[in-house]
Amino acid sequence: MTFLTYLISGLALGSVYAIIALGYTMVYGIAKMLNFAHGDIIMAGGYVAFFAFTKFGLPPVLSIILSIIFCTILGVVIERLAYKPLRQASSLSVLITAIGVSYFLQNSAQIMFGSDTKIFPALLTEGSLKLFNGQLTISYLTIITIVTCIIIMIGLTMFINKTKIGKAMRACAEDKGAAQLMGINVDTTISITFAIGSGLAAIAAVLLCSTYPSLSPTLGSMPGIKAFTAAVFGGIGSIPGALLGGLLLGVIENLTKAYISTQLSDAIVFAVLIIVLLIKPTGLLGKKENVKV
Amino acid sequence: MKNFMNNLFGKKNRGRTFSFLMVIAVYIFVEVLTHSFRVSRLFTSLLVPTCCYIVLGLSLNLVVGFSGELSLGHAGFMAVGAFSAVVVSGLTSSIIANDIIRLIISIIAGSIISGLFGLIISVPVLKLSGDYLAIVTLAFGQIIKSIINNIYLGYDANGMQFSFVTNTLNLENGKMLLSGPMGATDTAKISNFTSGSILILITLFILYSLINSKYGRAIMAARDNRIAAESIGINVSKTKTLAFVTSAVLAGASGALYALNYSTLQPAKFDFNTSILVLVYVVFGGLGNINGTIIATTILYILPELLRSLQDYRMLIYAIVLIVVMQMTNSSKLKQFVESIRNKFFKKGEKA
Repeated sequence: MTFLTYLISGLALGSVYAIIALGYTMVYGIAKMLNFAHGDIIMAGGYVAFFAFTKFGLPPVLSIILSIIFCTILGVVIERLAYKPLRQASSLSVLITAIGVSYFLQNSAQIMFGSDTKIFPALLTEGSLKLFNGQLTISYLTIITIVTCIIIMIGLTMFINKTKIGKAMRACAEDKGAAQLMGINVDTTISITFAIGSGLAAIAAVLLCSTYPSLSPTLGSMPGIKAFTAAVFGGIGSIPGALLGGLLLGVIENLTKAYISTQLSDAIVFAVLIIVLLIKPTGLLGKKENVKV
Repeated sequence: MKNFMNNLFGKKNRGRTFSFLMVIAVYIFVEVLTHSFRVSRLFTSLLVPTCCYIVLGLSLNLVVGFSGELSLGHAGFMAVGAFSAVVVSGLTSSIIANDIIRLIISIIAGSIISGLFGLIISVPVLKLSGDYLAIVTLAFGQIIKSIINNIYLGYDANGMQFSFVTNTLNLENGKMLLSGPMGATDTAKISNFTSGSILILITLFILYSLINSKYGRAIMAARDNRIAAESIGINVSKTKTLAFVTSAVLAGASGALYALNYSTLQPAKFDFNTSILVLVYVVFGGLGNINGTIIATTILYILPELLRSLQDYRMLIYAIVLIVVMQMTNSSKLKQFVESIRNKFFKKGEKA
């Protein structure tokens, strides 16, 4: 039973990673850039939800919606101001800009809110579900996290595959030049991708902060790196890959913490990543690209 | 004589001569400054770390700039070099009394061990390409950090003791060398600015010798077009390994120098952020530009320290500088503007 408990909490952690990884993978798929500032958008979302709830006394649902709206706008503004002028630049310049944006967000948060850790309130629910005569305890938060992740996955897959904007996104990911010739507004499509990714980051922020209720300006960096790893693990650019990568990473991390060693969990997670990439060099569900001479 | 001058100041070698002269000139300038004026402690405390970051930046430039592979885990090699050097220096402290010899031995040991790590890591890393390669180097950086975080090593009269994950060491009057997340404590500070400058000069010598050799040209050919390079008989994986391992050796040396400059050092220092910071120096200085790396590292390492009086705002300013410079160097309007000015002045000159 304890194994099942660890497995389920691992799935919950993995769901959060998967939601963050979606942001990385979508942006990578379409703009071919590693958005290192993504983790810090999570941090921003966490702070907005925190202040909306505690300082302004808004109800939880409104706080979450406000946080999503804020992050969406933040994501689009960052894209327009920092990344859009660099569309023709080398990928390393974009990478450094993303790092600059990441530092900028972290340090703005530190100046505005201080570097001390804040306790995130129980925004969602408390209490837990007891099964098998109390042998298995699952907190409602875990259930909400996993269900949210499933809903987002289904919704996003539908959006990408059925709607016109989704089609445009797929077209841009395939070939930007050709998409433009077909009358797709590439800039708008990229902005929408950033908007969706950042909105998802806000949801991930609320789920993450509810599970580990401490809020600090560097909150986003470690989940950011982990989610980035998850995205690569599953095959970067692939949406089902982000889900699979996130869930596997969460489960592996939780099980190593439980059965092997807490201190070494990071090392083991990254070792598994390396082994997977050696066997499948483009991640679990990544497409193999053949280079033509 | 003419041949000799050509060798130093000819079109091809001007950059090389400039690098060496620049380092030597700065060294003399700083030495004169520190000996004849009262300089702040802050200034003197920045000297050795700046040297270390220059060496690290140069070593990363070899991988990112010359070999064309993005590495996000270079701090890992620095960590290996650093803690190996701490151990070697600690163990030999009773045998070798002379600080300079001990420093040299420690740096050599640090760079050899780091080079071995580089060799082991290069096997899986260089099988991949692009962003997948980058993430694997990131992963190795994290693994190295987390392993060093769990090493407990000490010695006493009975010999060395070692434990992993939990501290089970039982030392009688001994000395802890590495204590897990606390890292190295009570290290003898034997690095100094002179040794740092010499290390930069050695690094420059190694880099220029490599780049101007047959192997260096092969490394750059493999970067520019892998398939074309393979088709003319270059063993691409071998040349990439050469670049990667050389880079690891230099990073290890820089780590060794860095570690022996502080009495305490924690493994957490060598995290992802340090790797990124050095990458920023390299990209700022220009990929494959050795003098650029030296200048960019010096400016970008010292800038946040000079802004210390601004306290919280210094890293914010640093972030803005990063973003603005990237926007400016890639803006087509600005390039046109610079070009038009250049044309104006130079064309006038030609007419006259």
